[in-house]
Amino acid sequence: MQSSSKIVEAFKTFLIEIGELSYFTSRFFKEVFKRPLEFKEFLRQCYNMGNRSLVLVGVTGFIIGLVFTLQSRPTLQQFGAVSWIPAMVSVSIIREIGPIITALICAGRIGSGIGAELGSMRVTEQIDAMEVSGTNPFKYLVVTRILATTLMLPILVFFGDAIAIFGSYLVENVKGNVSFLLYCNQVFNHLEFSDVVPSTIKTFFFGFAIGLVGCFKGYNCKKGTAGVGLAANSAVVFSSMLLFVIDFVAVFISNIFYGI
Amino acid sequence: MDAAKHHTKQIIEIKNLSKKYGSNKVLNGFHMELYEGENLVIMGKSGSGKSVMIKCLIGLEQPDSGTIIVMDKNISELEHAELDELRTEIGFLFQGSALYDSMSVRENLEFPLRRHTKKFGVIEDTTPMVLDALESVGLGETMDLMPNELSGGMKRRIALARTLILKPKIILYDEPTTGLDPITSKEIILLMMSVQKKYNTSSIIITHDVDCARVISNRMILLIDGINYIEGTFEQLATSKDPKVQAFFK
Repeated sequence: MQSSSKIVEAFKTFLIEIGELSYFTSRFFKEVFKRPLEFKEFLRQCYNMGNRSLVLVGVTGFIIGLVFTLQSRPTLQQFGAVSWIPAMVSVSIIREIGPIITALICAGRIGSGIGAELGSMRVTEQIDAMEVSGTNPFKYLVVTRILATTLMLPILVFFGDAIAIFGSYLVENVKGNVSFLLYCNQVFNHLEFSDVVPSTIKTFFFGFAIGLVGCFKGYNCKKGTAGVGLAANSAVVFSSMLLFVIDFVAVFISNIFYGI
Repeated sequence: MDAAKHHTKQIIEIKNLSKKYGSNKVLNGFHMELYEGENLVIMGKSGSGKSVMIKCLIGLEQPDSGTIIVMDKNISELEHAELDELRTEIGFLFQGSALYDSMSVRENLEFPLRRHTKKFGVIEDTTPMVLDALESVGLGETMDLMPNELSGGMKRRIALARTLILKPKIILYDEPTTGLDPITSKEIILLMMSVQKKYNTSSIIITHDVDCARVISNRMILLIDGINYIEGTFEQLATSKDPKVQAFFK
């Protein structure tokens, strides 16, 4: 009896959270076109999120491309299908591995950063101070960050994909003596519109989800340092789960349109 | 302060203010007035609703019921833009200073200016205004420092400079001396008095600090159980026989 009431309570909390997140999202769309546009802060956030994530995304992409090729090469060799490696690697990285891995890295790095930063600003009354000084903190802090993650994530994914493919090329160059030109030729010959466009579109949604959840958790942070930790932690957990849901929906929709 | 009541203009009036969180009634019909040039100290136990009251006053919290009139404007009837405009007349010194961590002292002080071109016109160069505010609090040389390079007392002074930069008519102090050593507390109290003289402000000071209340108050209100339990000058309250009042002055 007690456990069932706990389940009901947890379900209620979940529904309240969904309701609050929906309200937060609708507020974002209401505020996004309002003036002032806070362009300077938006650029600063783009720099913070984009430029400062480049190394992490690049290193991860490089290792994924490298490992992916090293792992799959022996199996493909058995079937005499080594020449398919560029096609296989590029399609799988561009369609799925690149976007989801980059998004998960950004959920960890950017999402938790936003959650902790806004959470600490809430706890130390900096958000209240902003409001008192006549600045709309939602517009200045939330809208700029969500827009920055939405714009920066596709760029980071492109960058990560390119580095991953380069990593794969290095393995092929060492093991199979494949030239860069030939490798690139094979990659682009096998990539189609239906590989690139849906996966690029979904990265915008990934970026939006990471920014939205990070801001939601941080902006509504509970008082105290524990609240800040919880905001950062739950921003990562919640946005990672949301990424998988968006990915599933994106693949489902792509399947309808392109028959992938 | 009766003289002040009769000869100066009332700039804040709170009537029957109530606010509760869940089943916890924080304010229960609180009322007060603030007159021009007056320093009103509000004392009360932690959690008695003092901070909630001044947050309602500036529109950071919505009261459940009651009326708040600031400079002849009813806060609850104001549009967002009108409330922002009114906020330029009210400075708020937060308990923990609330300086923006990611900005330098100069940027902290410039931040309120960028929104208020209506009050000051287009400001080409903010440096003289920033410097003037910083010199008012005796910290002209800290302009390029970051908040993490400042001591607690310096942070409190910079926060005061940030509120002064908009040249407010009213300043709300939320526990201005909490967490500071006695010497820095005294310096802050003296600074608050000099600010009042220089800028001719009216102030509401939320504090637990009896010394601060003694030095700075023209009038005091003791907030107990969500209502103004007793009101009067520091001397009247300090000599009260009521044990609840005495508990604050022992």
